[in-house]
Amino acid sequence: MAERSFAEEVEKLRLGAGATFHGEGILAVTKALLQSGVSYVGGYQGSPISHLMDVLADAQGLLGELGVHFEASASEASAAAMLAASVNYPLRGAVTWKSTVGTNVASDALANLASGGVTGGALIIVGEDYGEGSSITQERSHAFAMKSQIWLLDPRPNLPSIVDLVETSFELSEATNTPVMLELRVRSCHLYGSFVAKDNVRPDFTPAIAQNNPRRDVNRIVLPPASFQHEREKVAQRLPAALKFIKDRRLNEFLGGAAGDAGIIVQGGLYNTLMRALELLGLADSFGRTEIPIYVLNVTYPLVPDEIVGFCADKKAVLIVEEGQPDYLEQALNSILRRADIQTRVVGKDVLPMAGEYTGQVLLDGCRTFLEAWAPKLIDAATPLLRTPGEPTAEIRALAQDLPPRPPGFCTGCPERPLFTAMKLVEREIGAFHVSSDIGCHLFSILPPFNIGATTMGYGLGAAAASAFADKGARRAVAVMGDGGFWHNGLTSGVGNAVFNNSDNVLIIVDNGYAAATGGQDLLSSRPGNNTKSTNHPITKAVRGVGANWVRQIDHTYDLQRMKDTLKDAMTTKQSGPKVIVASSECMLNKQRRVRPLFAKAVKEGRRMVRQRFGVDSDTCTGDHACIRLSGCPSLTIKPNPDPLRPDPVAYVDNSCVGCGLCGEVSHAAVLCPSFYRADIVFNPNGWDRLFDGVRRGVIGWLQSMANRRRLARAF
Amino acid sequence: MSGNATRPITLAISALGGQGGGVLSDWIVAAAERSGHVAQATSVPGVAQRTGATVYYIEIFPQPARRASNADPVLALMPVPGDVDVVVAAELMEAGRAILRGIVTPDRTTLVTSTHRVYAVSEKSAMGDGIADSDKVMAAARTAAKTLVAFDMDAAGETSKSVISAVLFGALAGSGALPFDRAVYEDAIKASRMQVEANLAGFALGFERAKGQAETQAVASGASEPRSAAGKRLAARVQSQFPAVTHPTLMLGVAKLLDYQDEAYADLYLDRLQPVAALEAQAGDPRLSYLLTVETGRYLALWMAYEDVIRVADLKTRAERFQRVREEVRATPDQILQVSEFMHPRLVEVAEAMPAWFGRFLMSGTMQRLLAPLFKSGRQVRVTSVRDFLLLSWFASLRPGRRETLRFAQEQARIEGWLTAIRETAPSQYDVAVEIAAAARLIKGYGDTHARGVRNFERIMAERGRLHGAAGAAVMANLIRAALADEAGKALDTAILALVDPAPLAAA
Repeated sequence: MAERSFAEEVEKLRLGAGATFHGEGILAVTKALLQSGVSYVGGYQGSPISHLMDVLADAQGLLGELGVHFEASASEASAAAMLAASVNYPLRGAVTWKSTVGTNVASDALANLASGGVTGGALIIVGEDYGEGSSITQERSHAFAMKSQIWLLDPRPNLPSIVDLVETSFELSEATNTPVMLELRVRSCHLYGSFVAKDNVRPDFTPAIAQNNPRRDVNRIVLPPASFQHEREKVAQRLPAALKFIKDRRLNEFLGGAAGDAGIIVQGGLYNTLMRALELLGLADSFGRTEIPIYVLNVTYPLVPDEIVGFCADKKAVLIVEEGQPDYLEQALNSILRRADIQTRVVGKDVLPMAGEYTGQVLLDGCRTFLEAWAPKLIDAATPLLRTPGEPTAEIRALAQDLPPRPPGFCTGCPERPLFTAMKLVEREIGAFHVSSDIGCHLFSILPPFNIGATTMGYGLGAAAASAFADKGARRAVAVMGDGGFWHNGLTSGVGNAVFNNSDNVLIIVDNGYAAATGGQDLLSSRPGNNTKSTNHPITKAVRGVGANWVRQIDHTYDLQRMKDTLKDAMTTKQSGPKVIVASSECMLNKQRRVRPLFAKAVKEGRRMVRQRFGVDSDTCTGDHACIRLSGCPSLTIKPNPDPLRPDPVAYVDNSCVGCGLCGEVSHAAVLCPSFYRADIVFNPNGWDRLFDGVRRGVIGWLQSMANRRRLARAF
Repeated sequence: MSGNATRPITLAISALGGQGGGVLSDWIVAAAERSGHVAQATSVPGVAQRTGATVYYIEIFPQPARRASNADPVLALMPVPGDVDVVVAAELMEAGRAILRGIVTPDRTTLVTSTHRVYAVSEKSAMGDGIADSDKVMAAARTAAKTLVAFDMDAAGETSKSVISAVLFGALAGSGALPFDRAVYEDAIKASRMQVEANLAGFALGFERAKGQAETQAVASGASEPRSAAGKRLAARVQSQFPAVTHPTLMLGVAKLLDYQDEAYADLYLDRLQPVAALEAQAGDPRLSYLLTVETGRYLALWMAYEDVIRVADLKTRAERFQRVREEVRATPDQILQVSEFMHPRLVEVAEAMPAWFGRFLMSGTMQRLLAPLFKSGRQVRVTSVRDFLLLSWFASLRPGRRETLRFAQEQARIEGWLTAIRETAPSQYDVAVEIAAAARLIKGYGDTHARGVRNFERIMAERGRLHGAAGAAVMANLIRAALADEAGKALDTAILALVDPAPLAAA
């Protein structure tokens, strides 16, 4: 069950012809898939495409009505392999993931898929996680498209264009027997806009038909001699067919003016940013009207040589606006023009940065430099809309050093935090050890206040990344892996690998019940019920199944002492083979979403309920903040010291505390200070509660008033 | 309002996870659409949605211009510096970040920001005071924005029993930066069907505050007036024997020590300070700030009121503390509250609270072995139960005997050593003496934290012979900073090494 409910969005997916769809870009894509008569959809969640997966998971009813099979794939490789259904059958299928990381995982299947080719339209929707807000390696999906010959679409970032291109891509795929990849950047996925809907299409051909009438064609299987034939087909048949389709259907657009010495070629996805830059330079209006010829590449692979030659032939120079590196498009343009013996100068990464996101400011500066050189009259005559910015004031400059960075961190009450607190405490006792991190929320351990973890090599690869540290005499290395990474591949690449190679290293598997970092999707080992998936398969069972013997299950990660003792035991036990600790406590974000409404309802019904939360006594806190350095909980914060003599702020627990208990455990285990207290607040107390409370308060109140009188006698 | 009617109105929102930035963005879009305009919004959620800041970006295209042109506008997906009409920041440092990004410009940007702070982890985890300077952000905001609407919207959210996003929405409406009527904003809230009453209340408060924009800052107060006979006598003593600039600090010190121990102890405090003040009057300080007396007075009071088991038990059992906890955890009068303390006293701390002879006996080898198991793990003390309250009260009742305890003797010896150092240094090295006084801030906390503080303090004090003049004082201040830089003491090691033998570092 994902972090959000998409019941409202599911209703939008039902909209019929003529109705206006309002919503996010990635949901518009989902609607477009249904309008295209897709038969099956799969994928692996991850920003920025998680919502596509989540909304379909909540749309089982609608998918059933349309006869669409939806699968939350075990990995991107599983998703890509699923497209094999379109190889022999006229089935339209779509899969999605976060790229390039997901494409890396999928590329084995993609290469095979693209080699044999497809019969039914096969679409891969990649969320291009590049630039601001990205959490992954900064690379381009473009390389995968080129190497496997998959057509790459990069639509202009507005909902009608995106929806049109999703629909067209199935036709392109079928016309060329080639899978198509559609790339959407982070901002386009989260783009709120509208488009006019069409009716959903129930596919004529279904997987059931295929299952009952199986077909095969040995020429579509990647094995010699067919594999050699595939490569020839790619260049001799599929590519020319694609070029024809792209030209005939005008997938690329010629916008802006018809003539001029200088033109601009732009990736579709960057079109709006480019137009804003030109508008601010005074060379376009708000509707995209400009004298400068603009060639929009809604298809960035393959390039269409005829169109490029036609666009460039009468120009002295063209600017290619291509985000990221290597500069594949710029190289291709030069090659195409060289072959056609056209002398038009290709300007690109010489006026635009080689690396990094192309923001409005970057394009504004780049376009200005380009046009000053190649269309000086145009730029001289234009009135820029922005004043040249003055030097920032002294006050603004002074800010630069002072603003504290705000790295992401574990949520309030996160059950993963105690694992790292335990690591810090064990480190104090046995010395520092190498820690191999993985992908997932737990990777926040590499940031303050924990500063734990040396590398992260990919999803599920934490244990494998520690495998070289195999010296039996040296201090054991510790690897961390989430349940998401574990089921994605870590069971084999990590645990199986360690068992097989007799590794002595320690592996901590963070079993919080969900793929938490991607939005709380269910997994094989998820515990709360799921109506459509098979869950509740314990990780310990899987780990023992591949031969691990030293396996410890910890059901309450907040038990810091136990966590610490178990880890220390794992680090020091004489038993050989990998030591696997499965640390299981439910993701707090998801748990609160589940529990909080139930609590509120019970209180409202008048039932006796107890809420626990923690606090810090500002009287006894001396402002050393060791508790924060061992926790980092967002609800454990600071406030100015109420004692004017003390210079350092005191620790303070704000009301977002969920009462997980870690701060109390930390102050016990680390022998910190007596300032932490736990408050048990009884809602709707019963008669006994009131009676006992009355007695206690009576006695204590009397003692307090006596003590108070004595103190006042000596007070200031 | 946008100066150009045929251009989009551009708006950026910066909010932390959980502050409702997405809801705010949805409301703004809804208000724009309800007014017939074209609205486009997008966001960059940062790394997942965990605690980082999310930046939302909205463009609103005026309907009349669209109709006149009969075309769809091309709207951008990210702000360009200098081209932003409104920036909404849900936290002050995030406003600072927006200013640094250049998207707040004096020719057009309305900056609507909450002035409250959500501290970043670097500020929270500092071993001393790591809080960033809010005044600097406010100063920058005043020069960067065309219009500034700034107040504590988090507090306003609390006051109105609402949330900060509703207050921000109200403040945005009140700023007049967008061409919508108040009713349109309110309709957007109503249409979202979530917590409508509360959100409307938050909105209204934000709206009013933005209209009558006033930045208010609370000012910390000093000590209260003395009420007891002892308090009055000691206050009179401070007034007659010490210069006026020192009075606020010394009054606080006297009050603290009366509360901590008794009248004689407060007198001892002033007795100890008198020579320092006298030295300062004679020679040292040309600025007549009596900085040395003030700093010594501050840290002497804190040191003399060192935290022992007696003190902790005393503070934990007070009636006003019970009341404070009730307020802090927001327990309503009809709810029952139980409070459990997380304590982990070690044998040494209990021994220290005993008469010196008995404390030494407890710490003897045999006794340690016998008693150690009792102190191995921490315990939860339910102070709201009669039994545990009596236990803590008993510890608190040991106060009159504190002078006989082991710890008392240790602390007084350290204090005397520190005061001697101040007195010896002040006549010739005034600036260094001030830093020696300030070095006492390192000694705080309990258990290991306290031991580490004492160790660092003593290491720094050992270097004081090398330090001379203003430069020496700066080195001393640097050593104190280094001691607060990391728990392992690496920064202090490096700093002391550089002091002892600067050559290797200079060569490197």
